[in-house]
Amino acid sequence: MLEINPPRKVYDVCIVGSGAGGGTAAKVLTEGGLNVVMLEAGPRLDPDRDFKEHMWPYQLPHRGVGVGGRLRGIGDEFMAPNGFWDIEGEPYTTAPGSSFRWFRSRIEGGRTNHWGRIALRFGPVDFRPHSTDGIGDDWPITYEELAPYYDKVESYIGVFGSKENVPNAPDGVFQPPPKPRCTETLIKKACDQLHITCIPSRLAILTKTLNGRDACHYCAQCGRGCRTASNFSSSQVMIPPAAATGRFTMIANAMAREIIVNDTGKAEAVSYIEKSTRTEQRVYARAVVVAGSACESARLLLNSRSTSFPNGMANSSGVVGRYLTDSVGSDLAGYFPQLEKMPIHNHDGVGGMHMYMPWWRLDKKNEFLRGYHIEFGGGRDMPGVGGFEYVCDEHEGYGVSLKQKCRSVYGTFIGFSGRGEMIPNENCYCDIDPEVKDKWGIPVLRFHWQWGENERKMAADMQQTFRSIIEAAGGTVIAGTRRHPQKAAAGESQALVQQPGGRISTGGAIIHELGTIRMGNNPKTSALNKNCQAHDVKNLFVADAAPFVSNPDKNPTLSIMALSWKTSEYLLDQAKKGEL
Amino acid sequence: MDSPSRRTILKSLTIGAAVGSVLRIIPLQAAEYAHHLIDDEKSGAQTAYSPKFFDPHQYKTLQALCETIIPADADSAGAIEAGAPEFIDLLTSENTDYQKTLGDGLKWLDSTCTTRYGKPWLDCTPKQQTEILDSIAYLKNAKQDKTLEDPVEFFSFLRNFTADGFFTSKIGIKYLGYKGNTFLTNFPGCPPVPGV
Repeated sequence: MLEINPPRKVYDVCIVGSGAGGGTAAKVLTEGGLNVVMLEAGPRLDPDRDFKEHMWPYQLPHRGVGVGGRLRGIGDEFMAPNGFWDIEGEPYTTAPGSSFRWFRSRIEGGRTNHWGRIALRFGPVDFRPHSTDGIGDDWPITYEELAPYYDKVESYIGVFGSKENVPNAPDGVFQPPPKPRCTETLIKKACDQLHITCIPSRLAILTKTLNGRDACHYCAQCGRGCRTASNFSSSQVMIPPAAATGRFTMIANAMAREIIVNDTGKAEAVSYIEKSTRTEQRVYARAVVVAGSACESARLLLNSRSTSFPNGMANSSGVVGRYLTDSVGSDLAGYFPQLEKMPIHNHDGVGGMHMYMPWWRLDKKNEFLRGYHIEFGGGRDMPGVGGFEYVCDEHEGYGVSLKQKCRSVYGTFIGFSGRGEMIPNENCYCDIDPEVKDKWGIPVLRFHWQWGENERKMAADMQQTFRSIIEAAGGTVIAGTRRHPQKAAAGESQALVQQPGGRISTGGAIIHELGTIRMGNNPKTSALNKNCQAHDVKNLFVADAAPFVSNPDKNPTLSIMALSWKTSEYLLDQAKKGEL
Repeated sequence: MDSPSRRTILKSLTIGAAVGSVLRIIPLQAAEYAHHLIDDEKSGAQTAYSPKFFDPHQYKTLQALCETIIPADADSAGAIEAGAPEFIDLLTSENTDYQKTLGDGLKWLDSTCTTRYGKPWLDCTPKQQTEILDSIAYLKNAKQDKTLEDPVEFFSFLRNFTADGFFTSKIGIKYLGYKGNTFLTNFPGCPPVPGV
C-alpha cells in the first residue's frame, strides 16, 4: 500500500549549538534572508526566572554552594544556569594517565552565559606561528582578513578598552574603560616598575548604551547573567535579532546525534534526540553549521559515520579530534598589608578585571615559545563561602581575635592568573570511547592529554612573574590552604587560588579547549578550508573554536564570533549563488 | 521619588516588548526595583529552625562552638544570630563527609570531656571548655600528639565552616564593611588610600 508523506520541511540552514559561534551565525544568516533552524541541547533561557543577579548569599539556604556544599567557583548557585563540570548521565572519559576537565553548558546561549567576557583580538603574529618560530602551522587566513569581522563584532556587541598600540595585541572598536579599582592601581604601579605592560582590560561589557542595551550598573556579577544585558551573551544579544527576522526556529532540549548524508555525499539532515520524549528526530536543511563547542562538534562529526565517511564526517584527513589544546594556566595569590587601610568603599566595578597585562616580551628571547597574558583580581569583593579559609587556617584559634583578623585582612588579597599559548602536540586529542554511551545512547568522548615541555616552562615563568609583581607591590605570596582540597578554578577572581604541585592547570580547566576540526589549505592535514567549510562536504561548516589552527594566549570567544561572522557571510554568498 | 510598584514594572516590561525591542532585557530602573523586591521578600521574618541532621544535644553543642569561634562583640552579633549553625546543619545533612568529620568530632569532644571532667563539653565550666578547645585549635598540637590529628582537623573544619556561615550572613557582611551589590550609574574608582 502506498504511503503518502506530507512534504518534508527543509530549512536553508541547520545550526547545531546556540553559543558564541552558533548565535553569531544565526544572526548573520537570518538577517541575510535564510531560513534557519537551530538545535540546542539545553532549555531556552528565561532571564526573569534563571538569573540570580543581586541576590545576597544569605538569601539562599546553601549560601551559593549548593546541596551538600558541592558547588563552588564557576557553576555555583549564583552563576547563570546550566553550566556544568559534570552532567548526570552525560559522561566523558579520560585515557589512562590523562587528566582533562570539560565544562559544558546545556542552555540557550551556551557558555556565553558563563564566560569571563574577556574579549581580546588575536594579533597578526598569532595567525602565523609556523612562520614566526617554525613550530606548529600557520592559519589559512591572516589577521588582516579577519580584522573587519572583529570590527563588526565589537561594534555590535560592545567591548570596552583603550587604544594602546601594544605589539600583537590589536586595538579594537572600544567603548571607554571603567576606572581602576584600588587593587588595580596598586598592581599597575608595581608593573610600571618592572616594565610589565599593564593596561585597561578589554571586556564585552557596555560602559555606554548600545543598540537598546543599557550601560553596566557596576554590580560585578556578570557571571550570574545580566537582566539589563549590559554584558554580552549570545542568548540575549545574538538570538533575539535572529528571532525578530521571522526566519528563525529554535528546537530546544535537542541533543544532536549525527549528521545524515545523502547519496551525493552532502549533508541533508541532522538527527537528534528530543529529550522530552527520548525519541530520535530529524531536521532537514540545505546546509549544516556545526557550533556545539570544539569538542562536542568533533564528537558529532566522529559519530556521523556512513559508507561515504567511515571515519566520521569531513574526516578523510583523520584530523578531527586532533590538535586539541587549552590555555596554559597557572595562579598565585598575594597578601597586601597596605590594603588593610583601604577605606570602606564600593569596589565592585564590572564583572571582571578592569586592567590586565598583555604579553609584554614578544620581542625578547625567552626560555619558551609564544606568550601569556595575566589576569588579576581580588579586594573587597562580595564575601562568599570559602573566602575566609586562608585567614582561618593561618590565624587558627577562635574568638574575637579571629573575628577581627578576618575583618582586617578582608579585601587585602589579590590573585594572579596566567593564560598562555599551548602548542598542539600529538598526545592531546579526543576520540570516541568505544565502550561508553551517554544516557541518550550517543557514544561519548575520550580525552588524551599531556602538557608539553614548553607549557611547563611557561607556567614556571608565570609563577616567577607573579612572585616579582607581588613583591614589587609590597605584598607577600600566600601558599595554598594547608588542608583543604583545591576548588574548581576558572574564570572569576574568587577562584584565583594557587595550583597544587606542578602549578599548571589541568587540561580543559581554563575552558579554552579548541582546534579539534582545524582549518587549512591542505585537505590532507586539515578538515576545513579557509572559509570553515569542510573539504569533504561542501554544505557543512564549523563555526565554533574547533577550526582554530592555534590557541594564542588571548581568550577565544571574540575570535569565535569574528570567524563565525566571516564564515556566515561566505555561506550566505554561496547560498545566493546556488552553490550549496 | 516614589518607588515604582510591581505593576509599573510589569507594565514597563510589556512596553519594552511593544516598542519593538528585540532584546529580552528590562530597563535599568525596572531592574533596580526588581532587585530591591528580592531583597525585601527574602529577608523577611525567620521561623524557628529545626535541625535536619544533628540531634538536640549535638545541635546545642554545635551552636555553642560556633558562638565560641565567632562570638558577639561590641561591633556585631555572633555566629548564632548570623545563622551559622543552621547553615552548617543543612549542608551536613546532605554531605556524608561532613557528617563524618563533624559527627566524629563532636563525639570525641564529649567523650574526652567525660573522661577528663566527668561531663559532656556543654556542661563543663568555661575554663574546662577553653582548655579542651585550646588543645585542638592549633595545628602544632597535632604535630606533637598524633592522637589529636583528627580532633584538630575537626576543629579547623568547623572554624572554616563557621566563618563561611558568619561572613556570608547579613550580620557578617555588615561587620566586614562590604559595600556593593548595588546599582551605580558611574563607577568612581579607588578612593585615596594611604600607600596605594
